[in-house]
Amino acid sequence: MDIIVSVRKVPDTAEADVMVEKSGKDIEKSRLTFTINEWDNYAVEEAIQLKEKYGGTVTVITVGPKDVEDILRRSLAMGADKAIRVDMEDPEDAYTLANILSAVIKNQKFDLVLFGAQSGDFNRGVTGVLVARMLGITHAAMVNGIEVLDGSIKASRELEGGLNEVYDIKLPALFTIQTGINEPRYVSISGIRKARKKPLEVLTPSDLGIGSIEPMVRLDKMYLPPPGKLAEFIGGSTEEAAAKLASILKGKGVL
Amino acid sequence: MAVFVFIEHREGKLMDISFEALSAAQKLNDEVIAVLSGENVGDLAEKVVKYADKVIVVDDPKIDTNNEAYTRVLDELIKKEMPKVVIMGHTSMGMDIAPAVAIDLGLPIATDVVKISKDGNIKVTRSIHNGKVLADYYLKDAETYIITIRTGEFSAEELSEKNGKIERVDSPLKEEITNKKFVGFVQPEVGGVDITQADILVSVGRGIKDKENIPLVEELAKIMGGVLSCSRPIVDYGWLPKERQVGTSGKTVKPKLYLALGISGAFQHVAGMKGANMIVAVNKDPKAPIFSVAQYGIVDDVLKVIPALTQKIKEIKG
Ligand SMILES: Cc1cc2nc3c(=O)[nH]c(=O)nc-3n(C[C@H](O)[C@H](O)[C@H](O)COP(=O)(O)OP(=O)(O)OC[C@H]3O[C@@H](n4cnc5c(N)ncnc54)[C@H](O)[C@@H]3O)c2cc1C
Ligand SMILES: Nc1ncnc2c1ncn2[C@@H]1O[C@H](COP(=O)(O)O)[C@@H](O)[C@H]1O
Repeated sequence: MDIIVSVRKVPDTAEADVMVEKSGKDIEKSRLTFTINEWDNYAVEEAIQLKEKYGGTVTVITVGPKDVEDILRRSLAMGADKAIRVDMEDPEDAYTLANILSAVIKNQKFDLVLFGAQSGDFNRGVTGVLVARMLGITHAAMVNGIEVLDGSIKASRELEGGLNEVYDIKLPALFTIQTGINEPRYVSISGIRKARKKPLEVLTPSDLGIGSIEPMVRLDKMYLPPPGKLAEFIGGSTEEAAAKLASILKGKGVL
Repeated sequence: MAVFVFIEHREGKLMDISFEALSAAQKLNDEVIAVLSGENVGDLAEKVVKYADKVIVVDDPKIDTNNEAYTRVLDELIKKEMPKVVIMGHTSMGMDIAPAVAIDLGLPIATDVVKISKDGNIKVTRSIHNGKVLADYYLKDAETYIITIRTGEFSAEELSEKNGKIERVDSPLKEEITNKKFVGFVQPEVGGVDITQADILVSVGRGIKDKENIPLVEELAKIMGGVLSCSRPIVDYGWLPKERQVGTSGKTVKPKLYLALGISGAFQHVAGMKGANMIVAVNKDPKAPIFSVAQYGIVDDVLKVIPALTQKIKEIKG
């Protein structure tokens, strides 16, 4: 089975103090660290596990400037065979992005395409299905289980409240992958170094025959949420705060 | 101009998000047309029409529980009625259907939207970067805009009654869908622990850093007479079983006390615990969104706070 996985590099903002640039068009990125999008990491792992079981190839692709290449190298180290980067700034419009990605995928041999269910920075959750529709192939979003049959795949889709639904889906198909589908393997620095010899192709939009695409969605501005109601903060040293909290809980009768 | 609302239902029941989507549509002050499609959905129409000017009912056994069928039916209805906006939930179903409709019909789509405003054009607000930033977007001029809304952002309590009319139309779906066939639902496993019954939940998130630290939290839960629960990544990593997960894809809980340890407060998590009587959060990031739903907060390292709190509670309980 030949599989293509589309991956994105995202800033790690869960623990960071996030500020918006003066332009209002982006966040200040200089002090942030970046990683592969969490959902995409599960997608790469899934592709590699399928390859290990059924043979075939795994190709990882991304759209972004040179400094996103490390997530491709990381995916190669996990076991992907080949990587492709389309050299341009990450388009803020998912429709534009989907056009570029489908142009890349169209030229490859594949049975299955995997996307993340969403990107951790913009959480649009839209790009994969846009691409599937542009390619004219069957899709399933939010897939959390894959079982390969003959010419089709039994895919489990995550619904709300812990419920899943299963579809039988004809290949070629595109799935967007939900977290928890597998246990992504550990990637060592030496593994990344060893994977350096694997092919990484760089394409430009004009290589793909893509001129300018009119965006469907345009950012007006980014801003910090207005300060809302906040918790009453319990201050002091760890010991003091713990003691105060314990006595509040006792006072309220919850202990 | 009309606003379409895609009505989501499952196993004969309307989903809460359908009412939230109706609420979002009503706020646009246009004709609200609900689209109710599926198999044997007639009974549900009465409940929906209360809040809509019109409900278009498409009853067709070929549709039921097949997202590709829902998509094609919606495509045809949009082509026929040309609504200005189509609103649906940013749910699992919405994520499977909405982008497909957008490409089928060449329409702009904005997903996971928390606010819709009309500022000449349609403007949407989205919450990005882990809830730390808001962003406004304009959609390209088009006949119709596709918008999916975030769960919990448009209150069904703000719905006004409309009691419009119910219109049954023939299914535009000509053939069975063969490339994507529904096989069945898989119910969540019933485990030994029911976190929805607990008075005290001691809940742990990614801030705990390592599986080896779970016993520390277990001890705290035990001392407090509570039960251990968690955010989604802890289940994804296999550190705790799925039955312990709080949130939209886990369980909804309403304990007397919810102690959130190293949980950022993503909306999918908050949706599952905001009904708790008292919420206390410990997080090293003072700007973590969890602090805007908590009554009490401690900004500190959970790995220091957990043993300290265990000790203090031991002392109090004697
Ligand atoms: C379709 C879908 C469904 C989902 N369903 C759910 C769901 O049901 N439940 C759910 O929980 N999530 C769900 N999620 C995931 C959700 O979006 C978040 O990714 C998740 O809730 C984050 O978990 P977390 O808060 O533990 O981790 P993070 O967001 O990574 O936050 C970790 C927090 O710990 C803090 N921290 C780190 N180290 C320390 C320390 N030493 N001391 C104190 N604080 C520390 C950080 O400041 C941060 O705030 C869903 C996502 C999707 C797309
Ligand atoms: N710049 C990019 N390059 C390649 N794939 C991407 C890029 N951005 C997003 N994706 C893919 O699209 C998925 C969903 O992203 P989104 O629709 O932005 O939430 C991600 O999980 C990736 O698989």
